[in-house]
Amino acid sequence: MPLTLTEVEHIAELARLSLTEAEKVRYREQLAAILDYAAILQQVDTSAIPPTTTVLPLRNIIRDDLVAPSMPIEDVLANAPAASEGCFQVAEILGA
Amino acid sequence: MLHTLTIHAAADLLRAGEITAAELTEAALGRIYAVDNAVKAYLTLTPEAALQQAAAADATIAAARRDHALDHLSPLAGIPLAIKDVISVEGVRTTCGSKILENYVPPYSATAVERLAAAGAVILGKTNTDEFAMGSSTENSAYFTTRNPWDLARVPGGSSGGSAAAVAADACLAALGSDTGGSVRQPAALCGVVGLKPTYGRVSRYGLVAFASSLDQIGVLAKDVTDAALLLGTIAGHDPRDSTSVDVPVADYLLGVRGHGSGGDGQRSGDRGQGAGVRGLRVGAPKEYFIPGMQPEVEAAVRAAIGVLADLGAAIREISLPHTDLALPVYYLIAPAEASANLARYDGIRYGLSTPGATLWDGYRLTRGQGFGPEVKRRIMLGAYALSAGYYDAYYLKAQQVRTLIKADFENALREVDVIACPTSPTTAFRIGEKADDPLSMYLADVFTLSLNLAGMCGISAPCGFDAAGLPIGLQLMAGAFQEATLLRVAYAYEQATGWHRQKPHIADQRR
Repeated sequence: MPLTLTEVEHIAELARLSLTEAEKVRYREQLAAILDYAAILQQVDTSAIPPTTTVLPLRNIIRDDLVAPSMPIEDVLANAPAASEGCFQVAEILGA
Repeated sequence: MLHTLTIHAAADLLRAGEITAAELTEAALGRIYAVDNAVKAYLTLTPEAALQQAAAADATIAAARRDHALDHLSPLAGIPLAIKDVISVEGVRTTCGSKILENYVPPYSATAVERLAAAGAVILGKTNTDEFAMGSSTENSAYFTTRNPWDLARVPGGSSGGSAAAVAADACLAALGSDTGGSVRQPAALCGVVGLKPTYGRVSRYGLVAFASSLDQIGVLAKDVTDAALLLGTIAGHDPRDSTSVDVPVADYLLGVRGHGSGGDGQRSGDRGQGAGVRGLRVGAPKEYFIPGMQPEVEAAVRAAIGVLADLGAAIREISLPHTDLALPVYYLIAPAEASANLARYDGIRYGLSTPGATLWDGYRLTRGQGFGPEVKRRIMLGAYALSAGYYDAYYLKAQQVRTLIKADFENALREVDVIACPTSPTTAFRIGEKADDPLSMYLADVFTLSLNLAGMCGISAPCGFDAAGLPIGLQLMAGAFQEATLLRVAYAYEQATGWHRQKPHIADQRR
């Protein structure tokens, strides 16, 4: 099905990506081509086939709830664009 | 010419005291300075740290000699390696080939890197990659495109193109890469080196920057099969920090390769005949992997390679992997969907590029819109679309169901044969820029490698010849889950019978 510019804008917003007008046009075309190709899957009868979410037979891997030292806060904040009082600093959320 | 050594040859010389780790690392660094302006394999070099690690390795080796404990020394002690820039090395800039992580310095090392360091290996630096490992040519790196050492106007493949090129150029003795849809095997084939993707869960993903969590594995790029076996043996194993890491014993991969193990008896390692051999093993050639549209010389070389396996005593039969033509659409729905979730963390809050906006949300949009390259944005959007309300069932769920069928194809085939043999790439290395404007055409470069990641099994690419332009061709072997020993055994027998891996590209010395 043809992908509209409005749908491209919607997806970009879901993914929090700012796009230029030229990018929106280009991606619309490229995404539509890939999705058209992917439509071949509709021809496969999968009514009785379970989805593979993982190739491993593992489920519910847990560990004992033991307290251990965490990463030092200086290391945690070392790459932070903005930090203050031992926390990551972010732009205002409430009332923004 | 120490930089031309394999790991196993260097290990022998180090143990015998004929060379030092410092000399070996200096030789590797010298080679990098000579050729990397032309090859552009490395994003970040760490020469001072490398020389310190080499000095520490020399001390370890000397102590082992003094204590008559050389047999207990890891073969990786003092060996200079390169690490793909999607794998974290503590304290060393890790960019993932992206501008969004241009100045990110990890506060921890990947488990695979920790294991190499514990073995005494030396890290030379971080190699170039397609951005966030998304690509098949290294042209999607936000920094520059790595060149194929066999023809500098051509791509090295991707996304582990930097690692593959570095190994081919002797700019390291071996390297780590990552393989989500073929990103270790395909560049190995295009660069004429050995590339191995372990079974999903064999090697810890802790410290591998996540692209598609159900498909990613750290893999190894090496000059020969013995080196690949040595590296795999060092990095493989259960890791409690990766809940998808499997608690299955690590086989003695050298035993599988050579017919005798890695236990010490002071003998020199090195090429010895056929190893454990392939007599009695069953090799399957899948008819869906020999198709119109592939380069005729590639098909001819791979069929000849299968003929060599037959001459060595393997039983060859034609098999079918009937859902092969569905692997590409399945992969290009599942991988982007998982990537859209994994790349949501790049929001400019805890690390990476942070572009301020009028609001917090604008900050996210601008940071990500500017920080990510086009292929990454394309895949994030594809993935977000496939997962979105109204489309999830038709795209993502459907792809997961077809994935079950693709995995079942392998399980069925591997009841009839022990190993599957086929081409790694439909063509030899293409020209830089040739596929840049057509994403779908680029995706087709991976048709022969994608299925293995979807099935979660193990595979290797080994050199099997050259085309008329002198470009390398790769033979791909695939085996069942945790059957790396069988894979390495077949690859070793083929390698020893043919010797393609000994051919090296000539690269002009770029030093002034």
